[in-house]
Amino acid sequence: MIAKLFIIVIASIFVNNFVFSRFLGICPYLGVSKQWSSAMGMGLAVIFVMTMASFITWIIFNFILLPFEKIGAVDVLQTIAFILTIAALVQVVEMIMKKTAPALYKALGIYLPLITTNCAVLGVTLLNIKESYNLIETVVHGFSAGVGFTLALLLMAGIRERLEYAKLPKAVQGFAIAFIIASLMSLSFLGFSGLISE
Amino acid sequence: MENQKLIVSTSPHFRSKESIRSIMYWVIIALLPSAVAGIYYYGFPAFKVIMLSVISAVFTEFLIQKLRKVKVTVSDGSAALTGLLLAMTIPPNLPFYVPIVGSVFAIAIGKQVFGGLGYNPFNPALIGRAFLLAAWPVPLTTGWLAPSSSTGVSGINQGELVNTLQQTNNEVLIDALSSATPLNLLKQTFTGIQTGEITREFGDRILEMLYSGGVLKNLITGNIGGSIGETCAILLIAGGLFLLVKKIITWHIPVSYILTVGVFAWILGGPKGEFFTGNPIFHIFAGGLMLGAFYMATDYVTSPMTGKGKIIFGIGAGIIVVLIRKWGGYPEGVCYSILLMNTATPLIDRFTKPKVFGFKKPEKAEEKK
Amino acid sequence: MEEKQSIFKVFVNGIFRENPVFVLVLGMCPTLAVTTSAINGLGMGLAASFVLICSNLIVSLVRRFIPDKVRIPAFIVVIATFVTIVQFVMKGFFPSLDKALGIFIPLIVVNCIILGRAEAFASKNDPFRAVLDGLGMGIGFTLSLVLIGSIREILGANKLFGYLFFPQEFPPLVFMILPPGGFLTMGLLLMFFNWISHRRAITEAKKQIAAKE
Repeated sequence: MIAKLFIIVIASIFVNNFVFSRFLGICPYLGVSKQWSSAMGMGLAVIFVMTMASFITWIIFNFILLPFEKIGAVDVLQTIAFILTIAALVQVVEMIMKKTAPALYKALGIYLPLITTNCAVLGVTLLNIKESYNLIETVVHGFSAGVGFTLALLLMAGIRERLEYAKLPKAVQGFAIAFIIASLMSLSFLGFSGLISE
Repeated sequence: MENQKLIVSTSPHFRSKESIRSIMYWVIIALLPSAVAGIYYYGFPAFKVIMLSVISAVFTEFLIQKLRKVKVTVSDGSAALTGLLLAMTIPPNLPFYVPIVGSVFAIAIGKQVFGGLGYNPFNPALIGRAFLLAAWPVPLTTGWLAPSSSTGVSGINQGELVNTLQQTNNEVLIDALSSATPLNLLKQTFTGIQTGEITREFGDRILEMLYSGGVLKNLITGNIGGSIGETCAILLIAGGLFLLVKKIITWHIPVSYILTVGVFAWILGGPKGEFFTGNPIFHIFAGGLMLGAFYMATDYVTSPMTGKGKIIFGIGAGIIVVLIRKWGGYPEGVCYSILLMNTATPLIDRFTKPKVFGFKKPEKAEEKK
Repeated sequence: MEEKQSIFKVFVNGIFRENPVFVLVLGMCPTLAVTTSAINGLGMGLAASFVLICSNLIVSLVRRFIPDKVRIPAFIVVIATFVTIVQFVMKGFFPSLDKALGIFIPLIVVNCIILGRAEAFASKNDPFRAVLDGLGMGIGFTLSLVLIGSIREILGANKLFGYLFFPQEFPPLVFMILPPGGFLTMGLLLMFFNWISHRRAITEAKKQIAAKE
């Protein structure tokens, strides 16, 4: 059990990093990685929502959708149910945070609405079901996938802040250079491939 | 205090144009003996790879700078150094287009895209190598040549090898014994033991041969198969000491990097589940660690600025090397370990730099918006 | 309100001037993830276009009846419904493509292009224009994906739509169909388009100066 959880953590942070290997959450990865502070805020918000969303969608899937599999509940309702859950979760989190932790809300608030359409969140909930993880594995997977996403975001922010002083060629300014950096980072992360095979 | 002294003496160097040139040429001079040793061991194919790689690196830099209509700086030697380093990290027996494409990629995508020397976040030569390994994995992992008739690619004495080969029918292992580098043979042996394809006793025999004094001597003199410039440890160390004495590099990264590899290889380098049974000496001298530690991880542009940051860099890279050698998909992890620490360098700097810098930047960025 | 665009302009807008992939840089996850071959790109492009056109139509039809506050969740429900239909069709008729695209089929729900068009265009225009906009954007998205997929398949596997492209001897660069190859293809294409528009701007400026003189 512990060994399997450990493998899930290492795999989802390094080997199958959501950004570098699964291509999930690319839009926020490129959009919110210009500065360290916003990358940190976005990363923490994503970790939080991913963990919660993994937990709730697993319960919905196993206790509400699965019992009615025979009448097609899983096929017809899974996508809709999951995305609505995530949208509602983000709203609730936003409301609770606003009331109980205004400081935290101030720091993370503007990133929360963006998370609904972050495909990494819906992606992690779908992967949990696809890999048929149990509840604990699901929560650990959600959390560590969020950590992997945040790691990618912070590394990117570090490099991009430094490049502010570079004399980039005109043609690569903007998104082009971000994609090229992402390519080289994902090339480096290939070094981790095969790390989890046992 | 000592650290600070060293920083003060090194960082002004990469501001002034003239010093870049002299630094690049000193590094090339330090590398030349090892490159010549590579040509001595692997013959004309190694010479061909080095020439193709250096020439196409210089030509690519020249072409891009001409096209961009900026000052052509090929005479500073940095492109030639990138080409040379790339050639030294790849096998000698390769199709002609491999070093050419690798050099073009290293210079164009690894460096010029970011506006040229000084802004590239990654070591260009290693970017070239990682690209080649991903692009053409087969030639890059099988293009080894045996250095001489007395020892095979793995550095084991031929007589012993023939003896051992007669005792097994396992094809993967026969292949590994006769044509793999020492690190690859080590990996195949552990895999074989774990999957039960070979007996533990037989595996131990191979380990014993690998860890023997004869192989160690070959590892240090370079009388084994491997990438062109990574095998002759003694000349690489000599060149590295030369750069240290000339104050072109500091001790922080090489020492922390090599020590970490030694310690972690000792802890984790044994068969599965058996700790503290690895052979640190073997892990330090096999593969590209010396080349990486002295000549690539120390690159000014892509490594942290402070002594503390450099030590963190070295330790991180060392851990990654052992993890990849032990559990990863590749037998060698030096190239990836340095690239991965390159990605982390801005963050390391952020947490180790004096406060003035760390606090000013975000504000400035916000004002711009 | 700004002047209504001509119907033709609405249609070609998504293909060139506001190409969702190369100009707006939206919907990057499927764009990079599935384009290891041209056929996967085509499949993803068509699937997303279908959802986009249908959701644009429905959103435009009901645009007057949806309270502003629940507008986004309502759009999401509409989009998710059509995605579910696509999932069924894919599973039933194109099982191998369905397997290749994997979770990126259900993830069409969170494709920013679709929600973006619903919010920015369909909810403000009549159904005919909304469909036309969806069609244009869909074609632009699909063409972009096929372009990226073709480049990666040709260089990475020496094939195009499964057929041998260069002579047998060409050694394919496996790198191109790995994740870093996806990022790189996209980066270099953006660089190329940047360069072209930059060049065009320069010639325009030169022309103007010449005209003035």
